[in-house]
Amino acid sequence: MALDRWISWIILCIALAYGYAAFFTMDQLLPPFMQRNPIWPSTFPKVLSVLAVVTSLIILLGLEKPSGEEKTPDIDYRRLGDYNIGQALMLLGMMVVYALTLRPLGFFISTIGFITISAIILGERKLYVLIPVSAVATFVIWYLVEQVLGIFLRPLPIFF
Amino acid sequence: MIEGLLIGLETAFSLQNLLMVIGGCLIGTFIGMLPGLGPMSIIAIMIPVAITLGDPAAALILLAGVYYGAIFGGSTSSILLNAPGVAGTVATSFDGYPMARAGMAGKALTIAAISSFAGGTVGAILLMVFAPALSSVALLFHSAEYFALMVVGLSAIAAFAGTGQVAKALLMTILGLIMATVGEGALFNMPRFTMGLMDLQSGFSFITLAMAIFALPEALFLVMNPARSAQGDSGKIENLRISKKEARAIAPVIGRQSIQGFFIGVLPGAGATIASFLGYAVERNLASEEERKEFGHGSIKGLSAPETANNAACTGSFVPLLTLGIPGSGTTAILLGALIALNVNPGPRLMVDEPQIFWAVIISMYIGNLILLILNLPLIPYIAKILAIPRNYLIPFILFFTMMGSYIGQNNATELLILVGFGICATVLRFADYPLAPLLIGFILGRMLEDNFSRSMQLYDGVAFVLERPMTLGLLVLAGLLVIVPSYRARRAKARAAGVADGD
Repeated sequence: MALDRWISWIILCIALAYGYAAFFTMDQLLPPFMQRNPIWPSTFPKVLSVLAVVTSLIILLGLEKPSGEEKTPDIDYRRLGDYNIGQALMLLGMMVVYALTLRPLGFFISTIGFITISAIILGERKLYVLIPVSAVATFVIWYLVEQVLGIFLRPLPIFF
Repeated sequence: MIEGLLIGLETAFSLQNLLMVIGGCLIGTFIGMLPGLGPMSIIAIMIPVAITLGDPAAALILLAGVYYGAIFGGSTSSILLNAPGVAGTVATSFDGYPMARAGMAGKALTIAAISSFAGGTVGAILLMVFAPALSSVALLFHSAEYFALMVVGLSAIAAFAGTGQVAKALLMTILGLIMATVGEGALFNMPRFTMGLMDLQSGFSFITLAMAIFALPEALFLVMNPARSAQGDSGKIENLRISKKEARAIAPVIGRQSIQGFFIGVLPGAGATIASFLGYAVERNLASEEERKEFGHGSIKGLSAPETANNAACTGSFVPLLTLGIPGSGTTAILLGALIALNVNPGPRLMVDEPQIFWAVIISMYIGNLILLILNLPLIPYIAKILAIPRNYLIPFILFFTMMGSYIGQNNATELLILVGFGICATVLRFADYPLAPLLIGFILGRMLEDNFSRSMQLYDGVAFVLERPMTLGLLVLAGLLVIVPSYRARRAKARAAGVADGD
């Protein structure tokens, strides 16, 4: 089964769960005076879940004829190993690490670390250029966001 | 009117006010390039500065400059990095980014600048002529018509569905609508589908979703396939020129879209986003067969349509603000706050009581546009150089800016995890050739659609409003036609290719 049909199967499952929540669990919480309304909080989700189930079934069962011409995709997922998938996964990991360290370690350390390590993952080796560039960029952005725009970014680690 | 114009010219052409416009445009352009900071937040930030000026005309002129600059800056990041920071520039990235990838970044930015200029200028002229009359038309639009208008906006998805892709585009739209129902809606005041998580109480944030859908997969693709980042000579200046043929191609688009965008912008609540999506869809439907194939792959028409409509709509949104005192969009709501703080009461009396402010604003819009064009055309080669930054530096910075965009808005680190999660989902969807733009359109329009639908259901105690309000019915029929006509044409083309006679 092709990837797009697997995806439509997953979306079908999501839509069924969503529909179950909309049809069977939401209305019990509704106070009686709201039940006299012509439209309930669950009305729109009910319609959407039905539509989503129908369309995902159309894709899953292959009811719509695909167009004859095969497009050459940007990335062929059947040959994922041929691409730099490891680098991409490591960068995603770095983003997660950044999200988790931004608060506790403060903006400066986590941002300089993120930019430097990501560039090293991508193959940058000139550390004497990389570290100053990331430090200056981090400071400029912090200055812009915190001082000029007045949006708070904790600059230093939490224990300072 | 001529008298008013002269008053406005006199006010706007003082040295101080000209400096205000120039400063505003520059600030707006540079801050607007950062994803996550749209016109709304920049104007909110500039209000204290504007108020300390003391002179309402000068303050408004400064804010108008910032507004235009921010819109142009926003299109810059969606063209160069596929990172639309504002809902109104999402449609710009559909064709702007492919152009930048094909090595025509300079040209794409030039087209965007010229289209914005034309849209804003035509909008300002229309505002001058029609403002008083339009205020009464805008009041005719009730929630039922807004609902229908959103449906027309959603029919834009037909524009993204290639042959054999209609179900996928539809499914993505519905998924976007489903995601819009998460969180606490304004009308019901009860949390829905939050699964008990406090972080989902206010729903998914638009900026996070936009970054996760467009910018993040693009950056990952650049990592996975280094050949993609071979941009060629995108930073060179000679690519800036627009040939006579291209100018002739986009001229009618600009003409149509500046008028259409302006009138959509006049309706409170519709605004630049719908104007840009509709503009894109309409132009795609009007384009000839071979031109339509280019849409989404770097069509200059597809780039100039949303840019023009977007700017014309921004100008249009000043009509309800200045004539009725009703802000039609988030940005004009903030401007209304600034006006009141400056002791100006927008409304029907504004034109009579303080004509110099009314006319100075209109003239300053025109000047703002002109200055933006003059300032930005020489800057374009340098802005386009962003793409010439070495890949090892560019990619970490793109990732960093996407994260900053979604973090600044909410100041919540969970938002970053949501960003990464959706980014992975979006990348997998792109592998399987699902169109992602309809997802975002569904998400943006979903909440407005449901609110307006519920409101009209409550007003009419049922779905009777569809039949009782002719304008609603008309708009719904139009939406149906927008979906049906292209697929009918496609089917006929297929039948013709298969050798079946046309019957004519």
